[in-house]
Amino acid sequence: MMDGDIRVNAYDDGTTDRETGEQRIRNFNLNFGPQHPAAHGVLRLVLELDGEIVERCDPHIGLLHRGTEKLMESRTYLQNLPYFDRLDYVAPMNQEHAWCLAIEKLAGIQIPRRASLIRVLFCEIGRVLNHILNTTTQAMDVGALTPPLWAFEEREKLMGFYERASGARFHAAYFRPGGVHQDLPAGMLDDIDAWCDGYQRVLDDLHGLLTENRIFKQRNADIGIITEQDVQDWGFSGVMARGSGLAWDLRRAQPYECYDEFDFKIATGKNGDCYDRYLVRMAEMEESVKIIRQAVAKLRLPDAQTDVLARGKYTPPKRGDMKTKMESLIHHFKLYTEGFHVPAGEVYAAVEAPKGEFGVYLVADGTNKPWRAKLRAPGFMHIQALDYMCKGHQLADVAAIIGTMDIVFGEVDR
Amino acid sequence: MEKLQTLSTYLVEKLGAKVCPEIAFDELTVVVTLADILPVLSFLKADQACRFNSLVDITAVDYPTRPTRFEVVYHLLSMYTNARIRLKVAVGEADMVPSAIQIHPSANWQEREVFDMFGILFSGHPDLRRILTDYGFRGHPLRKDFPTTGYTEVRYDEALKRVIYEPVSLVQEYRQFDFMSPWEGAEYILPGDEKKA
Repeated sequence: MMDGDIRVNAYDDGTTDRETGEQRIRNFNLNFGPQHPAAHGVLRLVLELDGEIVERCDPHIGLLHRGTEKLMESRTYLQNLPYFDRLDYVAPMNQEHAWCLAIEKLAGIQIPRRASLIRVLFCEIGRVLNHILNTTTQAMDVGALTPPLWAFEEREKLMGFYERASGARFHAAYFRPGGVHQDLPAGMLDDIDAWCDGYQRVLDDLHGLLTENRIFKQRNADIGIITEQDVQDWGFSGVMARGSGLAWDLRRAQPYECYDEFDFKIATGKNGDCYDRYLVRMAEMEESVKIIRQAVAKLRLPDAQTDVLARGKYTPPKRGDMKTKMESLIHHFKLYTEGFHVPAGEVYAAVEAPKGEFGVYLVADGTNKPWRAKLRAPGFMHIQALDYMCKGHQLADVAAIIGTMDIVFGEVDR
Repeated sequence: MEKLQTLSTYLVEKLGAKVCPEIAFDELTVVVTLADILPVLSFLKADQACRFNSLVDITAVDYPTRPTRFEVVYHLLSMYTNARIRLKVAVGEADMVPSAIQIHPSANWQEREVFDMFGILFSGHPDLRRILTDYGFRGHPLRKDFPTTGYTEVRYDEALKRVIYEPVSLVQEYRQFDFMSPWEGAEYILPGDEKKA
């Protein structure tokens, strides 16, 4: 029943609206999704509304559940790697990174310097990919159509780099335990440099479109405020934590790969609202471009002219060796059929994915398949707090809050 | 590494027999009993030297051969002291795990997921519904005895004009390829080798 509706309705189960002295108003239950463009995927929300105010919000997730963790238990470590592209498909390589780090930690593999730099380079490209998508589509949720149209051109260029390195625009399977699959093609470093030069202009355009835009500010400022306490209580990470002033970034706090030798700043917000998180993401893109430039420069130095795989039991032999050495041929065959064996043990490896802390809890039993792999997706924790964050907000703010949480269902539902 | 060692001795000092810490791969793992899990969690949160305020993850691992079948694993993070810790609890099939919601609100969905995937019950959980699987789903998929194919499949029925559930029918046997080399680990007899055995 709508506000101001004074009719007495009869319902299928035989009940009628009751009218006491004053018109009694029932809360309105609304199904939001699973097919709603602002739900950023397949999310079903059961919203209880009092007028336009959200009183309760019950997210139903799992509509994209593919049983990744179950599937991983019956496949070899290398066969499992492509599943990680399909988790957060907006920034695929960052997920692969966590898987490789977990295996490398258990097996004690040191990866060559060139591979390490290439990983950093592509992780940051992934971060830009993700933040472009998130900031602009969140702007679309609150009514701006131009930003995605402009910024997606840059995404295309970045996915071009993905393609040139790995052969695929999304499902790259490029990071491998022990390094990266192949060296970068010739001339790519120059192209990445050239892209960096042009990107600042795009960022300035985006700032011009959104940052001081009155509608954008009205829709985002003071919406979905998160305090430091909330960050702790709800297990937030990544931009959701940094937007509230916590300078927490795994790249800095618990450095992995060779992030400790890069010079970058950690952007934080002040108020913890949607607008601050937008600003943090914009600032992070600038920092990522800085890291990309540094990585490109380091990749040109003589000490980075190494192999891209730590050759050994865990990685395939060189093509030339396979043609001339029997052992290499056998090794290659065994690696791609039986796969490598990872020593028994359990590790938790986390990376600062663009959405927050993406972790892999890997329990290995010494065979060629993981006994159990738990994927810790940042989005799962973020969307859990949707009820907490939306309570008392207008219905229209739900879309803004979902947008700013940076939800991708590939990783939430797994 | 020294930091973990210090933390580990500190925990033994404070909690005594409740905990049994070990360090492997630069990670601190603490084995706790089922009865002690909540006191340990709240100690780790409240203690000023620990401040493990952020619950990163709750999950479980199924070991069908063990007498207590499951192991529930908690990962905690302290953003203040920049440390991580892992708690492990052995849980039998009939055991109830006390819910950690009062200490960490974020345990809510994580416990729901563990319940959904493993069928482990959490006592004191306000809303222990399934979370990732389908409405009306049966079974707990991440148990080792649950087949990867599942038991039911869905399709759209043109006659009934709706999606229907049917038992899984496979055109051929679901193949779990085992590439383990016969010299190292295979415990089966390859077709054609039966006579020798």
